[in-house]
Amino acid sequence: MQLHNLTIREAHELLTTRKISSVELTQAMLNRIHEVDKKVKSYVTVTDELALEQARNADERIAKGENVTPLTGIPFSMKDCISTRGVRTTCSSKILENYIPQYNSTVTNKLADSGAVLVGKTNMDEFGMGSSCENSAFFNTHNPWDLDRVPGGSSGGSAAAMSASLATFTIGEDTGGSVRMPAGFCNVTGIKPTYGRVSRYGLIALVSSFDSIGPMARNAYDCATVLEHIAGHDPHDSTTYQSPVPNYTANINKPVKGMKLGIPKEYFVAGMEAGVESALQEAIRTYEKLGMEIHEVSLPHTKYGLPVYYLLLFAEASSNLARMDGTRFGLSVSDGAKDVIDIYLKTRHEGFGDEVKRRIMLGAYALSAGYYDAYYLKAQKVRTLLRRDFETAFSKVDILLAPTCPTTAFKLGEKTSDPLEMYLSDIYVVATNPAGVPALALPAGFSDNMPVGMQLIGKHLDEATLFQVAHAYQQVTDWHKRQPNL
Amino acid sequence: MTQTIDTNTVKHVAFLVRLGISEEEAQKFSGQFSSIIDYFNMLNEVDTENIPPASDIANAENVLREDEVKPSMSREEFLKNAPNSERGYVKVPTVLGEEQ
Repeated sequence: MQLHNLTIREAHELLTTRKISSVELTQAMLNRIHEVDKKVKSYVTVTDELALEQARNADERIAKGENVTPLTGIPFSMKDCISTRGVRTTCSSKILENYIPQYNSTVTNKLADSGAVLVGKTNMDEFGMGSSCENSAFFNTHNPWDLDRVPGGSSGGSAAAMSASLATFTIGEDTGGSVRMPAGFCNVTGIKPTYGRVSRYGLIALVSSFDSIGPMARNAYDCATVLEHIAGHDPHDSTTYQSPVPNYTANINKPVKGMKLGIPKEYFVAGMEAGVESALQEAIRTYEKLGMEIHEVSLPHTKYGLPVYYLLLFAEASSNLARMDGTRFGLSVSDGAKDVIDIYLKTRHEGFGDEVKRRIMLGAYALSAGYYDAYYLKAQKVRTLLRRDFETAFSKVDILLAPTCPTTAFKLGEKTSDPLEMYLSDIYVVATNPAGVPALALPAGFSDNMPVGMQLIGKHLDEATLFQVAHAYQQVTDWHKRQPNL
Repeated sequence: MTQTIDTNTVKHVAFLVRLGISEEEAQKFSGQFSSIIDYFNMLNEVDTENIPPASDIANAENVLREDEVKPSMSREEFLKNAPNSERGYVKVPTVLGEEQ
């Protein structure tokens, strides 16, 4: 038994029967991080001391039998855009390189309350802007399945850490595929919950109307366990749903027989890698064998998802990132500054990477007089149509199945010179966020030895069905159990 | 509606978002912006006559609460991350003064 390879459920069983302690499990994970992450480079910060302290507390809780949850004593990591009091939170940006939050995000608090053990913060594209993790201001993260390839983005560090068994679960964040796309590239299961299901308080905002925090883990069951603990209403985030969080794991074993699976034809078009296409077709056949009814559906505005997503992202991000101004926190470049505007100009010039600069400038452009109607307003109107596409599809089927990316993981450096080319790798994952619907990514096989990801897309607040349908697949396949050689 | 985004426009939007920018960068971004915006112009194909813009995701209700004073972070704690402070205030150079 290798402790770093346990699922949450297995680790919980061993912890509560006192076969292992959280300190042993946590120390094993930290040792593995120090050994293996030299190659993968998924962590920006490793919190050895804090982790061992939390592990000792968890062991006490378990010994006393007090407040023991399925996450008590379980080592996890978190994307570095989620605030952790006293632990550096950088968004992988130079501008926040030394920023230590004075408060916890709601998700951080909830996980601490559940007794989970934070082992570190994971690398990402700067402020979540990217699809390969290559926009981190610090270093590239490598795909554990082939170190010459990217892990995907923007939660690339989280996906790589999960794939390399450097955490028992990890918390990512999905603004336009940032959980699902890297999950697909790294053979990991991950969910973008319904917008508003998980509190955004303490999440450093990219696109306030898209951002969704979600877990990544070894399987759908573990993701369901984590989501049960981090979802729910939060007075600090007025966009969170009041409705109670269902017990996802209790209903996860319900058979899928007779349920209607929709295949959106716009997601199965020319340009998809042959190995991805055949893996997806095989997955559809698997669901057919499980007794699901397969229906072709249409989401006619799919191809406009990408421009809608990016235009709205540019606009909201340009406003959200205005707070990085070198006066109250973060990097401050004031040498020779004659007034406060000079500090803004110098700090932001030095502190932001090229992709961030591009996006905030394009945001200001799309919002500026003369272009507002043509870009921002137009995108918000087409967003309404994207949303209606999903509503129409869900009047006919229970759930949709689609690839997470037209290809498997690409090579480091392959797309860095052309920003638009990089944007196009998000084509299958961006439409869900403007619509707000939940989607779960899971391993669907391999193409030339690289993992293929697929996603299930569900109705608003219907995460339960996503978990159920993903779990059914993972009971009859073992793709999600395959591990890279490191 | 294809338009090129020239370096002057790039410098103008850079100033709007308070981003210092070199001549070299302005030239690089100008080319990239033109191809990105050109791609985005595909939205013009979509008929949006009588389509309302999306303004919310799901929770359309206003959320209200009493405006109560509650304990919050201390001033000292807040200023821990401030690059420059004096007597409990964040300190910056001249805010009001001559126009740029």
